[in-house]
Formats: sequence, structure tokens, C-alpha cells
Amino acid sequence: MCLCETKFLSIYFQVVIWRAVASIAWSVLLLPVTTAVFVLLSRFSLFHPIQWISDCTSLLTASSTIFSLVVLCGIMSLFVFPLVVPSIPCSRMALLGTVLHPRQCVHSLVYCTMGMLVMWCASVTIGGRYSTLGTPCRQSESGEVVTCLNEYHLFLLLAGAFMGYSHSFLGVVQNMYYVSFQPIQQYKYPRFKGCLPMVVKCSVIQALYSARNFAALYFFFGYVPKTWISSTLNLQIDSSLQPLDSLTGLLDFSLLYHLSISGAFLYLTWYLTVLLFRIYVTEAYSFPVQSTFTEDAEQCLPKVLAEKNTLFLALQDLALLSQHSLSRRLEVFNLSQPGGHPHNWNAISGECLCLLSELTQRLVAHQDAVASNGRVKSQSASSDTRSASSSSSGTEDIAETPRLSVPVLTAPFTPDVDSPFSSPAIRRLVGQQDPHSPWSGTVQSPHIMRRGPKLWSASTGEKCPVRLLGEKGSSRFSVIPLHGLETSVNSCSCHTLNCSAQVKSFLAKRVLIMYLFNKLPEASSQALFADSQAHIWALQGLSHLVAASFSEDQFGVVQTTLPNILSCLVVLLEAVDRHFKLPHASSKPVRTLCSMGDSTYKTLRFALRAALKTAIYKITTTFGEHLNAVNISTEHRKRLQQFLEFKE
Amino acid sequence: YGLLDEITNSAEEGMSLTHCNHAAFAVRRFSLWASSFHGSLFPHLTLSSDEMVAEFSQMLDWSDSALRSFAWHPHTDKFAVALLDDSIKIYKSNSSPTPTLKHRCQRSVCALQWKPLCGSALAVACQSCLLIWHVDPASLSTRPSSGCAQVLSHPGHSPITSIAWSPTGSLLVSASPVDTSMMVWDVAAESAVPLQRVGGGGVTYLSWSPDGSRLLAATPSALFRVWETRMWTCERWPCLKGSCQSACWSPDGGCLLLSMQGERVIYALTFSDLTGINNTYSSPVTAFFLMKNHLKQLFCPPFFSGSSFVLRAGDSQADNHPSVIAVFKTRSSPVFELLPCGFVMGEAGAEPRFMQFHPHFQHGALLTVCWSDGRISHVPFYFSSAGLLGGDSPQQALASNTTNPSSNKLYTEQIS
Repeated sequence: MCLCETKFLSIYFQVVIWRAVASIAWSVLLLPVTTAVFVLLSRFSLFHPIQWISDCTSLLTASSTIFSLVVLCGIMSLFVFPLVVPSIPCSRMALLGTVLHPRQCVHSLVYCTMGMLVMWCASVTIGGRYSTLGTPCRQSESGEVVTCLNEYHLFLLLAGAFMGYSHSFLGVVQNMYYVSFQPIQQYKYPRFKGCLPMVVKCSVIQALYSARNFAALYFFFGYVPKTWISSTLNLQIDSSLQPLDSLTGLLDFSLLYHLSISGAFLYLTWYLTVLLFRIYVTEAYSFPVQSTFTEDAEQCLPKVLAEKNTLFLALQDLALLSQHSLSRRLEVFNLSQPGGHPHNWNAISGECLCLLSELTQRLVAHQDAVASNGRVKSQSASSDTRSASSSSSGTEDIAETPRLSVPVLTAPFTPDVDSPFSSPAIRRLVGQQDPHSPWSGTVQSPHIMRRGPKLWSASTGEKCPVRLLGEKGSSRFSVIPLHGLETSVNSCSCHTLNCSAQVKSFLAKRVLIMYLFNKLPEASSQALFADSQAHIWALQGLSHLVAASFSEDQFGVVQTTLPNILSCLVVLLEAVDRHFKLPHASSKPVRTLCSMGDSTYKTLRFALRAALKTAIYKITTTFGEHLNAVNISTEHRKRLQQFLEFKE
Repeated sequence: YGLLDEITNSAEEGMSLTHCNHAAFAVRRFSLWASSFHGSLFPHLTLSSDEMVAEFSQMLDWSDSALRSFAWHPHTDKFAVALLDDSIKIYKSNSSPTPTLKHRCQRSVCALQWKPLCGSALAVACQSCLLIWHVDPASLSTRPSSGCAQVLSHPGHSPITSIAWSPTGSLLVSASPVDTSMMVWDVAAESAVPLQRVGGGGVTYLSWSPDGSRLLAATPSALFRVWETRMWTCERWPCLKGSCQSACWSPDGGCLLLSMQGERVIYALTFSDLTGINNTYSSPVTAFFLMKNHLKQLFCPPFFSGSSFVLRAGDSQADNHPSVIAVFKTRSSPVFELLPCGFVMGEAGAEPRFMQFHPHFQHGALLTVCWSDGRISHVPFYFSSAGLLGGDSPQQALASNTTNPSSNKLYTEQIS
């Protein structure tokens, strides 16, 4: 077992770690080029071109520049590992939690320092009035020469720290460390060339935004670091110069130009590293389908598919081989020697089906959770309360408010705060019956549970306060009137009514709390499909292999699993169809133009639905009437008939 | 250059910024010179958007044609027609309601294509964007709302003159004559990967081989490219003379037939297997025809028992010959052959504008022709001995007056 793990780790090391190292090496190699461009731009002078060029060449060969390059190289090697599955916070509170997480704080701190260092290098390179923190100046009254604080230098350093923090912050908010896979395969160099203009544009735009924000920030709070630095380092403040935290000081064109140029340089180095890493990591890796030697067996596709670390690479390879490689497909359909068992196909199809049925279970669990909480949720989710009693959105955050879980019988599907859904968590949740709810024994007798909803739908007059709450957007507290209603019906206790009304008005005043705990629309849906790229590949791989088996499978190994595959696909299709009937599930996200953050994860559910339908069509058009001979249930056959007639 | 003009004008008014004046003047001169140079290098860039669509559309005389585009569904008896008023109608075989698609972005429709392996999705190339309609085949509505359409656009990528779905239905490629990069769309995710090659000045026509392994991309200059779709690398093919007008792939994807602008020959390229383009004879397969003018369209029907047809439409305004469609029989084994087979003529005065084979006609081949008078006719070809490998010449209905009369009746309402 231990041996196996080291083997898997070795594959992982070979593939992923090695790629990370290669990408960082390349970004270090690119650094002199970007530095040269930066130097050229920072010393730009329109009217003295020859002097400009000669200045720059002498500067580029100077020792200080080479020293700064070495420092920059050290900076590049710091890196935070990217994610294949994005983390999707389900409410603003969760987002806040992620941003304030200690790990994230350390990350931001590191980036602030890096930003300051890069800006220090930049200011040294620009030279002139930016080069040092202390400058000699003449004091006005006594006339003696003392060391003064160079505010320009400080300004650039603080800008670096600000940009470092905003990079780290945006990295979390925009999911910059999420790596998406491209729909097509390209070699690394053409892909890099194609992405380069986009990266340059993004870094320039981001630098301009940051420069604007930082200038505003410095205008208001600039005196704090200035006085602090000057008092701790015992530097004087030169009163003859215009202070930078004033309007006239900030409206210095050359200062703003240098700020944006060095900001663009800073962002460009970081973005290039991210881009190179993305390109390297998403490159396809070809695993052998079967190996003649037993010691290499762990590196073969069927084994690698079962491993979590290498799952994405293995599935990508599977999808590619099923479409492009005849010889490797034949290996998949091959029988084992000796024995004559289709081990390869069984393992591969088994893993794919397992993944897909796991997704089906996840979707069904989510739908059950929504259906059971739907009546509760619907009032808060949309202000249109009349029609919403059948609809529902998102899920109830039961972990935080156990008393609100009114009729929960099925698993409470709570998108949790810190991590995206992982499959073991789902399995746990599916099995759970929420035994910890303190109210499960007392209030929620079956009698109330049966009657509550009925009463609710009948009492339309009581809806107004609820709607008020709903408009404020609280998902967490809107259940309270329901609770009050139930008790009033059951026990006619005026006290509870009063109490609930008080709580209600108390909470309605706290707009901030509601804002924070309000569930982001479609976030739960995004979180459900966060790792769906794996499922898409599994669908593509399976469907192409099955379609290819129609002519290439000599031993008929696929035929035995065809009923399983078909029923799995149809069941998944039904679950997906039902999921898209939920509100917010089919609404398209807003497209963000020009940001390094990858928003592909927001549309993965649409991609999955399209891939699923295409997969079924691929199989039905290939097999045609032969599907009637396949042993599947009548409902599934009916659904497949729709596909045969192209009615879907 | 409005800004630069402004600068020079204000400088002339007596401001003392002579430096600035000179610089702006020089920059303006340079940019004018560069744009004129660029325009002379790629003359199509001087056209307006509508003229460009008319120039590069597969529909002949696109601008005054009653029918703007036409597409059969790849799997069912259903087709879509784009009309002069920028609406799209969808006709089905069994007289169910005919949905009319309208969208405010849907202007100057240049190409239509149904998504393979899907019952509902129709891609529409418009002047400013790409529309993907999802028309539910089961719905009885005649006016699907514009919410059924996805709008895909990319800055600088318009007008779109050609689109091609991959045969597996997973990718969509779009091309514009003004954009040197073609876009590979993941439609469901609404994300595009640009594939840029500068030479040629744009991409006008795309055609995906039926096995999905290659993609032809024609440019407005005398150059076309053949991309292989595994790693997306391309081979350049500088043409002999003129730009590539139209092309079709043999059903197994091994042979590509091309027609050039201003030439009366059909070129054939054969490809070996996936390892790359093997050879490469581009020997012109001579066409023995009386027509003076150039070929405009080529179409190959799906594979039918070894023999297939290539059609060419020529128009001859110079002579008194009416414009006709020439039918060739092709044979791919042992060597690729084109055998002349016959002509298809329209009614008096009608000229063929567009043609397409029905993708899966059961009994032979069904050719659909759009005529200049707004009529759509279906010309069936029945194979007398479908089993033999191109041995027998198929019986065919030659003239359009023998076309299926019911189809004529059914679609007369389209004549607008």
C-alpha cells in the first residue's frame, strides 16, 4: 500500500510538480525581456531618441539592474498552488471568511512584501528623484543640510504594497488560481503567443485601476505612513517640496506615468507566471493504456483514473484518446493475456460511470434538500411570493440555524463555507438525517409538519410581513413568521406572536447582517457543478469509445456494459433537467471582460448539459435501431426513442 | 484620425506648439499611408460591412437575393431558410408549425448551420455577432422568443461570413474577413479561443472535413490553410491564382476539392491519414465545360455506396448560355476520379444561387437548389443499382421541371 502511494506520488511529481517548476523557470527567463521593456518605457523621451536608447542600454548593463533582476528572480519562485476545482463561496459571509482566513492573510502579506520589493527595484531602475528613501535637503531656517524623506520613493513603495494586496485579494474574489482547461489542444508556444496580448492588456488595465485607487487612498490617508516613517527613521520632511497627499502634488503627470508603468510591470510579471503555469498544467499528458511490465502498471490509465490527484489529467487523456487515437482505443477494447478478460474497458468504464452516478446522487440530494426547504425558502428567495410556493432557490443554511429546519427529513444539503463540494462530504451528507437539530423532537411532530405548509398556503393575508422580509433579502430569518404562524395556530399563544414579531423587527433593522448572509444567487448551483470538467471528459470519453466500439470492438466487450452506460446517462439527464428547472439554475452569469480571473466555472453546468446530450446522441445515432436489442427499462427506452427521433 | 485632425487644425490656428504640430502631422501622414498600404495589400478591407458579406457569402448575389441562406439539418428532414427581411424560417417534413426566428441582433444573415448531434441548436452568422438558436423541436410555438438565442460576440470579429460546427458538435468555428484570427467557440460555456495567423488578411470560408480531423480556412488573398484539429497546427497553401471560393470534402475526409476565383478548374488535394498532409498533388482535374465564368460553389453529398457527386454552379452573364448546375460523379478508389454526369437547369430566367445535398436521403441523393426567383426546389437522384461501386450511372432527374411537385407547392410562400 505504501509502495503504491509512493508510486502515485511519483507520477504526480513527474507530471504536476515538474510542470510547475518548468513554468516558473520560463517566467524567470522572460524577466529580462519585460525588464528591458520597462526600462525603455520608464525613460522614454520623445525628443531625444538617441540619448534615450543609449541611456537605456547603459542602464541595462549596469550592475544595479542585474542585482534587481536577481532579486526579482527570487520573488518569482514564490508561488501559490492553483486549483483545478474552483472554490465558490455561497454567501458574502463565506467570501469574507475566505478573505480573512489566516492562510489568505499570510498570502496577502507575502504579496504585499513582494510588491514593495518589485517597486523598490523599479524605483531604483527609474532613478532620478525616485531612487532613494532619504535625500539631502537644506533646512529652511538654519540652512544646514539634513537627510529628508523622499516622498516619491515612499509613494512608489506603498503603491507596490497596495498592488500586492489587491492582486492577492482579487485572486480570491475572481478565482484567479482556478485553472480551466481549453476546449482545444494547442502547443505551448502558439498558445502563449495567442494569450500574450490579452495578458498585457489585462495588466495595463489593472495597473491603471490600481493607480487610480491608490492615488485616492494616498490622498486621504497618505500622511499616516509618511509621519510614521519619518519619525521612526528620524528623517525630516522637506517643507519646500509640494506634499504628495495634496491635489496639486498628485496631479503630477510624470509621477502618475511612472506609477502606472511600474504597476503594469508588476502585474505583468505576476500574470505571466500565472499564464505560463496555466499553459503548462493544462497540457495533455499521455498515459499508457496497458503496460507489459507489472511495475509500470500503476502508471496505466485505468489505475491513474482511480487516483484523485491525477484524475483530471487522466480523464483529459481518456477524452483525447477516444477521439483521436485508433491504436490506443484498440488497446482499451483489448482482452487481457492470459485470461481473456476486458480489464481495461471494465476499469475505465467503471470509473467513468462511478463519477457520473456520483454527480447524479449529488444533484438528487440537492433537489431533495431544496424541495423539502422549498416552501420555506421560496418566500425569501423571490419577492413574487404567490407563484413561488412551488419554486425554491438555493438551500437553507441549517448548520447555522438549526431551529429553522422545519420539515427536514432528507439530507440538509448545505454548501459549506470553506471548501467546494468534495465527494466524500456529499456521501456523508446524503446519509445524514440531521439528528442534531434541537427541535426535531419537540416542535416538529409529524402533525405540525403535515399541517404547517397547508396552513401557510391558505393564509395569504399573512404574507405581507414575510414579503417585507423577503424583499430585504434575508434567507435566514424569513422562516420566523412561519414558525410564529404554526405556533399560533397550534397553541394560540399571544406571547410567541409578540416575541416573533420583536425578533423579526430586530433583525429587519440589521441590513448589514442580511446583506452578508444573503445567499448569492446561482452560487449553490455553481458549487454543485464546480468540478464538472471531469464529468464532461468522462462523458466525451465514454460516448466516443462506445461509438467507436460499433466498428472497432472485435470482442464485444462494450456490449456487455452498454445497458449500464445508457441507463446511467439517462438518469443523469433526468437529474440535470430537473436541476435546470430550479430558479437561478438556468440564468446566465454576467460576462466579465478582460480580467485574468477565469470565469469558465460559472458556465460549467451548461457545458455539462450540452456534453451530456451530445454524448447520448453520439451513441444513439451510431447504434440506431440496434438499441432496441439492448436490455434497458421501458422509461429509459422511451427517452432514448426521443433521441433517436431527434426530438430533444 | 479625428483627434489628429483636431490637433493639426488647432495648431494651424496659431498656437505655438510647433513640435506637437509636426509630430501630429507626421503621425497622421504615416497612419494614412499605412492604412492605404494595408488597403492595397488587402483590397477587401476597403469594402463596407454589407458589401463584404455579399462578396464572401456562399449565396450568389447575396444582396438582392430573396433567400439569404439555407441549411439542412444533418440528421432529420428539417431545414432552415434565412429570408431577405433577416428572419429565419424552419420547415419540417410533416407540416408541423414553421417557427419564425427573429432577433434584434439578427441582421445580414450570411450563413446558417445546424449543430450536429443535437436536435435543436442552429448557429446563425450575422453582421455583428453569432447567434445560437435553441428551437425546441417538440414545441408548437411559431415565434420562439429571443430568450432562446445565445449571442456570441468578440470585439473585432464581425461581420461573420462563415461558420462550421465540428462533426461531433462540441466546437463551433467562426470566421470574419476582417479578423485574422478565427474563433473556436465552446458554445455552452460561451468562451472562445482565437487562432491567429496573420497572412491572408482574414478568413472567409470554413469547411470541416466529415471525419473531423481537418478544417479548411480560406482567406481573401490567394492563400488557404488546412488545419489539423488535434493540436491545431496548420499548413499554408498559396494558391495558383485568385482566392479559394468554395470547397468540399470527400465523405471519408481524404480528398478536398477546391474552386478558385476566376478559374474554371476544380483542384483536388488528397490527404493520407492523420499523420499529416502527405502529398500533395494539386493536379487540376479539368472540367470540360462550356461555361466562361468561374465556379462558385462545390458540394459533395454524403457517402452513398461508393459514388458521390460534385456539383458546380457557374454563372455566365457574358454569354447567352443560361446558368446551369453541372453534376459530376466521383469515385475515390482506387484513385480519385471525377466523371461528368449531366446538368441541372432551372426554369427560364432562373439562375441557381445556392445548393446543398440532403445529408441522409435514403434512396440516393437529394439536391436542394435555391433559385434566383426565390424558389427552392428539390432534385432527387435515384441510384438504379445502389450496391455497385460507382459502376452504373445513376438515373437522374435532370431538369427542374421534374422536381418533386409537392415541394414546389409547399414552399411557394417563401417567394417574397
